[in-house]
Amino acid sequence: MTWNGWLQILVYFGLVLALTKPLGVYLHRVFESGERPLPRLFGPADRLLHRLCGVDPNQEQDWKQYLLSLLVFSLMGTVVSFLILVFQDRLPLNPQGQEGVSWHLAFNTAVSFLTNTNWQSYAGETTMSYLSQMVALAWHNFVSAGAGIGVALALARGLTRRPAPDDPGAKGLGNFWSDLIRSLVYLLLPACTVLALIFVSQGVIQNFAPYLDVATLEGALQPMAMGPVASQEVIKMLGTNGGGFFNANSAHPFENPTAFINLLQMLCIFAIPAALTYAYGRMARDQREGWIIFWSMAVLFLAGTTTAYWAESHANPALSGLAIEQSVGNMEGKEVRFGIAGSALFATVTTDASCGAVNSMHDSFTPLGGLVPLVNIELGEIIFGGVGAGLYGMLVFVLLSVFIAGLMVGRTPEYLGKKIEAREMQMSMIYILIFPLVILIFTAWSSVTEAGVSALANSGPHGFSEILYAYSSAAGNNGSAFAGLSTNTPWWNVTLGLTMVLGRFAMIAPVLAMAGSMRGKRTVPPGPGTFPTNCLLFLGLLVGVILIVGALTFFPVLSLGPVLEAFLAPHNRLF
Amino acid sequence: MKNILVIALRTTLVTLVLTGLIYPLVVTGAAQALFPAQAQGSLVKDEKGAVVGSELIGQAFVNPGYFQPRPSAAGEGYNATASGGSNLGPTSAKLKERAEADLARLLEENGQDNGPVPAELVTASGSGLDPHLSPRAAYWQVSRVSRARGLARDRVEAVVRDNIEGRELGFLGEAKVNVLALNLALDRQFGRPAAR
Repeated sequence: MTWNGWLQILVYFGLVLALTKPLGVYLHRVFESGERPLPRLFGPADRLLHRLCGVDPNQEQDWKQYLLSLLVFSLMGTVVSFLILVFQDRLPLNPQGQEGVSWHLAFNTAVSFLTNTNWQSYAGETTMSYLSQMVALAWHNFVSAGAGIGVALALARGLTRRPAPDDPGAKGLGNFWSDLIRSLVYLLLPACTVLALIFVSQGVIQNFAPYLDVATLEGALQPMAMGPVASQEVIKMLGTNGGGFFNANSAHPFENPTAFINLLQMLCIFAIPAALTYAYGRMARDQREGWIIFWSMAVLFLAGTTTAYWAESHANPALSGLAIEQSVGNMEGKEVRFGIAGSALFATVTTDASCGAVNSMHDSFTPLGGLVPLVNIELGEIIFGGVGAGLYGMLVFVLLSVFIAGLMVGRTPEYLGKKIEAREMQMSMIYILIFPLVILIFTAWSSVTEAGVSALANSGPHGFSEILYAYSSAAGNNGSAFAGLSTNTPWWNVTLGLTMVLGRFAMIAPVLAMAGSMRGKRTVPPGPGTFPTNCLLFLGLLVGVILIVGALTFFPVLSLGPVLEAFLAPHNRLF
Repeated sequence: MKNILVIALRTTLVTLVLTGLIYPLVVTGAAQALFPAQAQGSLVKDEKGAVVGSELIGQAFVNPGYFQPRPSAAGEGYNATASGGSNLGPTSAKLKERAEADLARLLEENGQDNGPVPAELVTASGSGLDPHLSPRAAYWQVSRVSRARGLARDRVEAVVRDNIEGRELGFLGEAKVNVLALNLALDRQFGRPAAR
């Protein structure tokens, strides 16, 4: 580890911290105020899109309508993307003549981008036409991010809105379509357009040219993939999607050419999830509620970064007997321009948030370095988390923590003045249990079937880690991989596809149900038995609950993979 | 329900056209107008004007008179239509075999008296297209390059030194040497190396 490495990490976190309030205020104004920002610039587009889509922004939806809108829209989007992928050979913008995609890969990929996962069983440059990249994939990058923000807002509204005296049992959680449109108009499209041009100025490509055949300095032939990369690259980071234009993702110099762009990409990942905690504080009328959530996330983020950086700064013991100067650390799968710190930080950020872009190959990390991304995902993608998904996931843990605190003092727990009762806890438990259930069942199943293990690139405990990482990543809607695993087979495409659907919608449904049941509850003023949720004590409790739930669920299975490997590696046990 | 279906259909069409077509086309137009060279891949030309590669994409070098890049897992090596890393784990026997083979080749080509081999020269990058070496990994190859070109060691060292790029903004990333730029600089100063 170097001082300069730590400086990069601290500067990065300082920038995230500095962005949280201004962007949070902006988001709050966009979604929760009558006076939206920059009306001259965005107002006309806002009204036009509402009219084109036939949406009345003032029509409030209850939780069932909100969920139904999300599901119908998602289903339509999947079908459209599936068809574009299958028939891409008959559609325009395909200068390389890429063939139509198989049904199982098209299913996996359509679902993957729809659920904001961006798991990729394919290599972009050898599989996808430019039209598929732009329309079938990047379109979902935008709308799945917008949908995530919408669900987070709906839950936040359910928790923080107080029913008016003349309207007991009020049900309105906002309007899904309007939340989606406004996330595009006020946030994602303008930010992406500006950032994409900054990306291009530093070397990210943006063209529709056929691939080049370059004669190198020595006269050899070097084929070189082209494409409209920058426009997709930005939303891939800002929407915490993570699906790369190219197979190597953000390690590819055309996606991520410099250390400066690397920093900007990491900022894009955390910007919206961090800002949403601030916007939430505004909605809760107590900014400390937002900051406690922010700092709970920050504590877990800093712990993960430290561990990953420390682990990757160590030499790989397998190579240490040879005449190799390894003082720099574990460079397999990493780029020189990012170095160890820039790679370990990126790996932590991308798995804390459910982004899943990679600038180095997690499969080649040291055992403990690779454990960090895996644990980040398995804690439930709530360390800043996906756009929107991080906030609603964290709020479920907040309610669980309040409930546990209530049990300890023997009083009915309440949060922001609203009582937490049996229904909310049932929904929380569904949310929390579905996640490990899907991961563990499919991991076990794949580990004992030929269809599962034939995809492995590594054997021994590391091979098991590849399987566990794949299903964790799919259920957490992350999308990064221990990428040696060759998952473009019917078994893997279908099981991972189902995992992604369950990890998204089977978790959003209880969240919205909870939002619905909390919405109409009357608030009671805090009494002496109320457990305050805006203090450091609660931060400790919240982080503790997250770690205990995560550890109890996943420690046994982690001990079979990365933990076992960490004990074997120093003894030069190879597989 | 019918209402939701109609809105869903219209929203699907509107967002698809807006974010899937209009947005990337607008970005492409602006990028081509403002930064045409970068948008096309930052291609590098030699003195005759022929494209010899991209300044961002590493390429293979085998002539002992050129500096060599890191091992690559992209296709057969530095295939920029097949990017990717080796994905070999830390306890992989294949990883060790590959490193041992690269090590033996490097020691044979460079001689035994350059000290231990810098890690980048026996580890594959994540993209398989890493255009850079650490300064240390470039210096390590100076004796071979100067021998193959019949030059004094310090003249080649000076070219390496001139081609070291420091950390961006003074603290971002790591110091590095662009292998293609370095080899082009050698050619400019000393001519092309003899074919081997």
